Amino acid sequence: MDNLELQKVANEVRKGIVASVHSAKAGHPGGSLSAADIFTYLYFEEMNIDPKNPDMADRDRFVLSKGHTAPGLYAALAHKGFFPVEDLITLRKLGSYLQGHPCMQHTPGVDMSSGSLGQGVSAAVGMALAGKMDEKDFRVYTLLGDGEIQEGQVWEAAMFAGHKNLDNLVVIVDNNGLQIDGDIAEVCSPYPIDKKFEAFNFHVINIDGHDFDAMRAAFLEARQTKGMPTAIIAKTIKGKGVSFMENQASWHGVAPNDEQFAQAMSELEKAGEALCQK
Amino acid sequence: MSEVKKAATREGYGKALVELGAQYPNLVVLDADLAGATKTSMFQQAYPDRHIDCGIAESNMVGIAAGLATMGKIPFASSFAMFAAGRAFEQVRNSVGYPRLNVKIGASHAGITVGEDGASHQCNEDIALMRTIPDMVVVCPSDVLEAAEATKAAAEYDGPVYLRFGRSPVPIINDRPDYKFQLGKGVVLKEGKDLTIVATGICVESALAAAKKLAADGVNAKVINIHTIKPLDEDLIVAAAKETGKIVTVEEHSVIGGLGSAVCDVLSEKAPTQVLKIGINDVFGESGSAQILVEKYGLDGKGVYTKIKEFLK
Repeated sequence: MDNLELQKVANEVRKGIVASVHSAKAGHPGGSLSAADIFTYLYFEEMNIDPKNPDMADRDRFVLSKGHTAPGLYAALAHKGFFPVEDLITLRKLGSYLQGHPCMQHTPGVDMSSGSLGQGVSAAVGMALAGKMDEKDFRVYTLLGDGEIQEGQVWEAAMFAGHKNLDNLVVIVDNNGLQIDGDIAEVCSPYPIDKKFEAFNFHVINIDGHDFDAMRAAFLEARQTKGMPTAIIAKTIKGKGVSFMENQASWHGVAPNDEQFAQAMSELEKAGEALCQK
Repeated sequence: MSEVKKAATREGYGKALVELGAQYPNLVVLDADLAGATKTSMFQQAYPDRHIDCGIAESNMVGIAAGLATMGKIPFASSFAMFAAGRAFEQVRNSVGYPRLNVKIGASHAGITVGEDGASHQCNEDIALMRTIPDMVVVCPSDVLEAAEATKAAAEYDGPVYLRFGRSPVPIINDRPDYKFQLGKGVVLKEGKDLTIVATGICVESALAAAKKLAADGVNAKVINIHTIKPLDEDLIVAAAKETGKIVTVEEHSVIGGLGSAVCDVLSEKAPTQVLKIGINDVFGESGSAQILVEKYGLDGKGVYTKIKEFLK
């Protein structure tokens, strides 16, 4: 898929995020929007997966360690064809298979339940380890928040993955710079993120998390990296794509009201139309 | 009188894992720098490629076990009860229990019989923690033979299981030809009509010893071994309550949330009965030999007998 097509899909994913969170009257739009391009690249370009056969043996695995951004994952899965896009607005509602945080038993395409920060990355490491033990060539991807890496378990997992030379594992950090209580650098700075992963025997690549060329190059470099896992530190903008949500920590975990929803969708519609005219 | 044969329940775990390794090529064992103590070192020697030492990082170990289970492995993740059930509680709850993954937690060094290491390592809370997790099977074997059988049953069962083992050698009580282990089924070890002693783990032996002393006083106690605390053999407990009236529970665990609480939960609803809970009475343990601690906290045959005599007054 070329960059323009990816941008169009990402814009649809963003619409799905805004619509589902608005419908749920709760959820996490900020970190879902910052990672929308990453979700899109993974599901539409990078990973070997089949929406018609979500449990396909030896498929690539994805674990959303920053599980609160489930709206982004669900929107990507829906647009990829794992389930109907219309179902996105059932998010967080009683009886929906789209739980507030990813639940592998309920949602097609979800490889691991997650949401409690720091835990998903360990499961991803376990999957990658299984791949090595069974000499399979599938790859494992996990997306972490930059606030999430304040959790100690992340570094337990990183130490193990680096020690075991799990080169089938890619850890992506969505570095949008904001957490609930504010700027990550002010709350409890995880910087320098790249140096930390390097110290844990990771191959580290810093990219702009909204640049598909950069993603293409980084994920290729990760595939070519042998003997160590890769960490891709993706600099992103929290709330990306909706002007009034961008770079606002306050949009971490609240839903837009009807008026804000209308404005957000109008902005995304316009962005979509602009892409179609390219 | 011949010497009583003794062995620690963790030995049964270690030996069973080696046997299971041959039977299940997808069985893997994880440890957190305690392979010698948890006895997974036996599996490590037999199957080095399937033994994963995660270093001193129990939370991550449980998460890795969860990831392995999603790939079709049968992971046995081992550590001391304090760290497996305590430190990693939330990982067991969210990464194993919630997705109902086929992970077995093999927790050794449970209870006060850890001994000399003292209260920091004596986990008297693990049964309480584990039984609150939906669908979690909780097993506390009474001797080395039952420990091995419980481990095999856990491997056969599809779903999360918590296995509780002890550090110190305890008498072998299940060495009989008709012994059979069935998850969720209590075992009547002695019939009686005056009261029922329901015990788990190493306290089953204490219950039998107490019953013997009571018999000398003309009190005929029924003794039940509840190796599976969850799912509890409710029918057996309710029937015993109706048959004998008074119930006494005995466990090397806090009286809050353990076997005694599980028994009271079912009886309060289905057959209200007076229950005496014998266990660790909402206190921390301390350093000392396992035997001295068991005596001090009243969990040996004599201690159990004394408390029951008071209860029957």
